[in-house]
Amino acid sequence: MISDPDVVGLLYLVTIVCFIVALRFLSSPRHARKGNWVGGAGMLVAIGTTLLLEGLGNWALIAVAGVIGTAVGVVGARNVRMTAMPQMVAIFNGVGGGAAALVAQAEWHNAVGPVWDETVSIVLSALIGSISFAGSVVAFAKLQELVSGRPIVFPAQNVVNVLVLVGAGGLGAAAVAGVEEQWVLVALVGLALLFGVMFVLPIGGADMPVVISLLNAFTGLAASATGFVLDSTVLIVSGMLVGAAGTLLTLLMAKAMNRSVANVLFGAFGQVQTVAGGVRADDGRSVRATTPDDVAVQLSFARKVIVVPGYGMAVAQAQHDVRQLADVLEERGVDVKYAIHPVAGRMPGHMNVLLAEANVPYTQLSEMDEVNPEFPQTDVALVIGANDVTNPAARSDPASPIYGMPILDVDKSASIVVLKRSMNPGFAGIDNELYLDPKTTMLFGDAKESVLKLISAVKAS
Amino acid sequence: MRVETRESAGVTELPLVIELTILVLAAFLGFEVVSKVPTMLHTPLMSGANFIHGIVVVGAILVLGTAADTFTKVAGFAAMVLATANVVGGWFVTDRMLAMFKRRPEPKQKGPAE
Repeated sequence: MISDPDVVGLLYLVTIVCFIVALRFLSSPRHARKGNWVGGAGMLVAIGTTLLLEGLGNWALIAVAGVIGTAVGVVGARNVRMTAMPQMVAIFNGVGGGAAALVAQAEWHNAVGPVWDETVSIVLSALIGSISFAGSVVAFAKLQELVSGRPIVFPAQNVVNVLVLVGAGGLGAAAVAGVEEQWVLVALVGLALLFGVMFVLPIGGADMPVVISLLNAFTGLAASATGFVLDSTVLIVSGMLVGAAGTLLTLLMAKAMNRSVANVLFGAFGQVQTVAGGVRADDGRSVRATTPDDVAVQLSFARKVIVVPGYGMAVAQAQHDVRQLADVLEERGVDVKYAIHPVAGRMPGHMNVLLAEANVPYTQLSEMDEVNPEFPQTDVALVIGANDVTNPAARSDPASPIYGMPILDVDKSASIVVLKRSMNPGFAGIDNELYLDPKTTMLFGDAKESVLKLISAVKAS
Repeated sequence: MRVETRESAGVTELPLVIELTILVLAAFLGFEVVSKVPTMLHTPLMSGANFIHGIVVVGAILVLGTAADTFTKVAGFAAMVLATANVVGGWFVTDRMLAMFKRRPEPKQKGPAE
């Protein structure tokens, strides 16, 4: 049993330091894993310290809940595919937010004449935690394709959302003003859950990286608010660290798409799209299809090839074969690089994880700003399952919903080969001008099969 | 609230201003540290941050461990399950991802392929 508050405080301080070191070590892939272990150790110190506090009971309940949670966590983390990482992160955000909201409920239930600042903390913890929980569940459902990834909109949506949020805020104000009834907080949580659902529903699948980052920040802030309720510095600091991380990533993602966060959240992507022109097939240009053998010749005699991987590659589970193709080409003296757009995949840095899984050394991956000047000297740009991040309309067509988004300048290379399942538009639901470029040829079919054919054709040539 | 229970449990009440100071400093520190993380590691950063907000498990233990009535027990139990899943899952998935980042291809790749 630990009863000295100073000892408790020092042990929690150890946890805080561990978490900061964990984030610090993430600045390089070489130390990152070690950092995660340090963070894990910090968490064990915090949990151990808390369990040893005097005056705790209900050990059976604590043990059962811990076992269930651990089982769920381990099974989920072990089995998730790297392509489904965004969903996984979304759901872990959700459970964290849900836990914060439940702690707030319990504290409100047991509060005896709470001081105003305690009530404010409880209200914030319940509000933000619930929004994060409901929003994350909807984000999960969208990414898992349980509901349509397209924006779901209804008339006066933003007005209704504001009303719901104002209602929740009103209940919060009532609680602070002294209405100490349980129903106040229950109703508040209900409205916050409703808001969370309605807030994420109209956001399109392509904007999910922004939403997940934002919800990450929300859960962090909810944990921080819980820290104020419980007078726990470790919760305040850890929650805020996550809040800062999530906020920073949200801003970075929005910047990578050249849109404001407000536009992503309240713009309902789909509405612009009806105005935007599609691929104007009637202007005489058409798509040119090609064969694996032709592409193999093109690739074998190239000096420099840049591979532009997209989510489509990951869905087809073709990343391992793509790496093999790159290996075969490199043996023939071709210079191969990977160009990674900041929003490639469905969350920040997702593509890097997918390629790391396929054993592509991270030293071969180039970020957008670094690789864009190289496209004019590139013989073949091999676009595999990437779409919107290569769309020149982002540079040239002000009517396009992605206008202004920084893209990979694949159209500046000498030739472009696009591996694509069909002519369906990308995740953002817009057509791609690139496919009509006279320099572009299309290799239709499943990305994995196409790449396998390319490997054998290159080996044979 | 329930100050007696909590104080006996080694929790000291801090003045609000001190807590706010800590919060603001943590925000600046968070921005500083996180801005040094390269784009390449942003997904592990997110799941690592996910793991860190699992610290809310401390709150869940305190609530469940001091729960006296059914309502608190139910809320505390649910919070404990969610928070534990958050901690354990967040850590494992981050570790799995970070284990994959390598500087060079696996040595075995060189051998058989000519």
